[in-house]
Amino acid sequence: MASSTTADAHHVPGALTRFLFSTNAKDIGTLYITVGAIGGIIAFVMSAVIRAELAQPGVQVFPVLAQYLHGADPAMALDAGKNLYNMFITVHGVLMIFFMAMPILIGGFGNWFVPIMIGAPDMAFPRLNNISFWLLVASLVLAVFSMFVEGAPGMRGFAGGWTFYPPLSGNTGTPGPAMDFVILALHLAGASSILGAINFITTIFNMRAPGMTLHRMPLFVWSILVTAFLLILVLPVLAGCVTMLLTDRNFGTAFYDPAGGGDPLLFQHLLWFFGHPEVYIIILPAFGVISQIVSTFSRKPVFGYLGMVYAMCAIGIVGSVVWAHHMYTVGLSLNAQRYFVFATMVIAVPTGIKIFSWIATMWGGSITFRVPMVWAIGFIFVFTVGGTTGVVLANAAADRSFHEGYYVVAHFHYTLSLGAVFAIFAGFYYWFPKMTGYMPNETLGKWNFWLLFFGVNIVFFPQHFLGLAGQPRRYIDYPDAYALWNLVSSIGMIPVTIAVLLWLYVIVEAFVAKRVAGENPWGAGATTLEWTLSSPPPFHQFNVLPRIAGSEH
Amino acid sequence: MLTGISPNFRRCALAAAAFLPALLFAGMAAAQVEGQPAPGGLGLPAMVTPVGHEAQAFYNLVLLPIITVIALFVLFLLIYVMWRFNENANPVPSKVTHNTALEIVWTLIPVLILVVIAIPSFRLLTHQVEVPPADVTLKVTGNQWYWNWKYPEEQGGGFAFDQMMKPEAELAPGDLRLLAVDNEAVVPVNEVIKVQLTSNDVIHAFGVPSFGVRQDAIPGRLNETWFKIEKEGVYYGQCYFICGKDHAYMPLVIRAVSRPAYEAWLQEAKKKFAANDGDAKLRIAASDAQR
Repeated sequence: MASSTTADAHHVPGALTRFLFSTNAKDIGTLYITVGAIGGIIAFVMSAVIRAELAQPGVQVFPVLAQYLHGADPAMALDAGKNLYNMFITVHGVLMIFFMAMPILIGGFGNWFVPIMIGAPDMAFPRLNNISFWLLVASLVLAVFSMFVEGAPGMRGFAGGWTFYPPLSGNTGTPGPAMDFVILALHLAGASSILGAINFITTIFNMRAPGMTLHRMPLFVWSILVTAFLLILVLPVLAGCVTMLLTDRNFGTAFYDPAGGGDPLLFQHLLWFFGHPEVYIIILPAFGVISQIVSTFSRKPVFGYLGMVYAMCAIGIVGSVVWAHHMYTVGLSLNAQRYFVFATMVIAVPTGIKIFSWIATMWGGSITFRVPMVWAIGFIFVFTVGGTTGVVLANAAADRSFHEGYYVVAHFHYTLSLGAVFAIFAGFYYWFPKMTGYMPNETLGKWNFWLLFFGVNIVFFPQHFLGLAGQPRRYIDYPDAYALWNLVSSIGMIPVTIAVLLWLYVIVEAFVAKRVAGENPWGAGATTLEWTLSSPPPFHQFNVLPRIAGSEH
Repeated sequence: MLTGISPNFRRCALAAAAFLPALLFAGMAAAQVEGQPAPGGLGLPAMVTPVGHEAQAFYNLVLLPIITVIALFVLFLLIYVMWRFNENANPVPSKVTHNTALEIVWTLIPVLILVVIAIPSFRLLTHQVEVPPADVTLKVTGNQWYWNWKYPEEQGGGFAFDQMMKPEAELAPGDLRLLAVDNEAVVPVNEVIKVQLTSNDVIHAFGVPSFGVRQDAIPGRLNETWFKIEKEGVYYGQCYFICGKDHAYMPLVIRAVSRPAYEAWLQEAKKKFAANDGDAKLRIAASDAQR
């Protein structure tokens, strides 16, 4: 591809100004990744406490924790502990979705590499970019506040699951202000994402370098484009949905209150009209990252590029009309359930196209097993496992046996906790040399992979058995028959914890050892524009726009 | 570049592959007591209703084999390309990026697989959702954190009672922790039982694994589900939707008995729960006072 002149004649501001007032996409990307890492670590610690509690039958951990964390009266500690458990599963979900996966994949990798990959100097609206980041920080602060104010009577925080279903999230279940904090946090996070999405769409449509046609864009850029459209389509629905909850709670409306002619199911339809596309909002950028990495380390262009692009578009479109498969047990009519079963199963087809195209990209390639590639191959496998159990759950008839149980927990953790997180690690190891200029330690990176790979599989695979046997999710205590697989699942947290600590060490070690990465540490397969720049790239890149000639696919 | 790593990588990938066959056994019902979860169970519980049997067959004979084969096939392809097309085995990458025939095949075959799944899936769904003419109709109301059962007058009932979990201190020998309740609901065996579901406060969900039944109880709505129990016995269920701090502590228990035994129980229950003339609200107030 093209090369460019990247001489940096501009003044680079001091660190404080540079990051607090940043309008530079790369710096904002770094901020997003940092916040995402912080959110992810908090949410990870919560999951470790949850698994500690569930390691054996009975209630052991949370009553003690409630006394330390919320100063609960020892006489009330058991009840406070039960509430705290429910709050932990709620906040774990909210943080992982809104403050880990989305910021890192979209705000982080998106801001860093979308402008560079299309040969643009920066995002279209740099100041808008700044406000979308800081709205997210404000949102995180509100979400954390909610954990320490009253929710259910005499209890702290909102403890009703990340889906916030009323009446539990209304005045019936949570009269205290904790839920209002959560609603306002969602408003800000939503506004942040909508502004970010507008920025991405404008940038991608208007700021591509000469010759960078839509059908020549790298697949990661395509994935962010489809994601941005999904965000603009569904986040306003979430905003309306939780605003009506806010007015129900505070201003006497009855959108979701049957006593006033409302219906709790209205909330569920609106929530999932947002919530289901939301899972594709997380996984599509992950698909984009994996496509770049598989192509780079196979030293081959992506197989079936157009098929990959339109598979993502199809997933985005079909993914927006399947929301009620989260609601098979609410009493939908037979025909409504038939439609949602049919539409949901259709998604398996474009997803299958993506899996097979990645393998076909590797087929005939010359594969080097560098750290990012190892993560990417791991992603393809665990995502396939999560995808196949998704086909099971798409069937309303089978879902009757799994709904709100551990089979579902296992399924969505295989797609998100293993799938999206593996893609995040893959992208992190892939672009870390570009973002910092230093190479992470290859051996430690592989240890990080194997520890996490075995760890998460030990955590989540047995949860399929628990779900089949009938264990409901969101239970602080379970009948003794479920003890064995819960224990195995909890043991899996040990390698996972070591993997997370090792990852932090890898970062520190890379900055200490200062192994210079150079422009392109990955060799001939890395053909996208970011590898034509220095590592880290200059403060302003592409002062002279690169010209893209010909097509790689 | 990293030639030493490749064999290790493959060996570890094979070890991971060994993990998967566990899936194959997941569908097999371990020796177990019907109606309660089997310790360390790997698959669906033993089913005691026609819908349950059909659901079990659908999962064990259709879904599980298909998803296992797909996952193993993808794993096999991954291992094969890692072995055949690593940089040592294949130093020069090919330039092939399109194969229309192949792309059509891997679009159409999944469609065919989905059609194979859809046929039994839609049949079972119809059986689950369409309630046959009911022999006994019961109303079950979810509350924070117990179930209220109402037996209508015209079917020999005319009483209601609350079903609460037995606290650990009150468990008799043989009672299951977190599953045993104070008042079991009794129903006749081999008859169609229709359950109408609603809630007094937040959303709960009525679920009994060995019936293949799971249905939400939503305030302001009247949902229905049904089951026909084929064997006498005691069947345990739990609340399947998060409903507050004691979500894990509101089990439900159904005892299936013969028709004569059911009639006898109705007479006995009518006296026992005489104070509750079928009005759930009175009983709730009373139970609140007890706590």
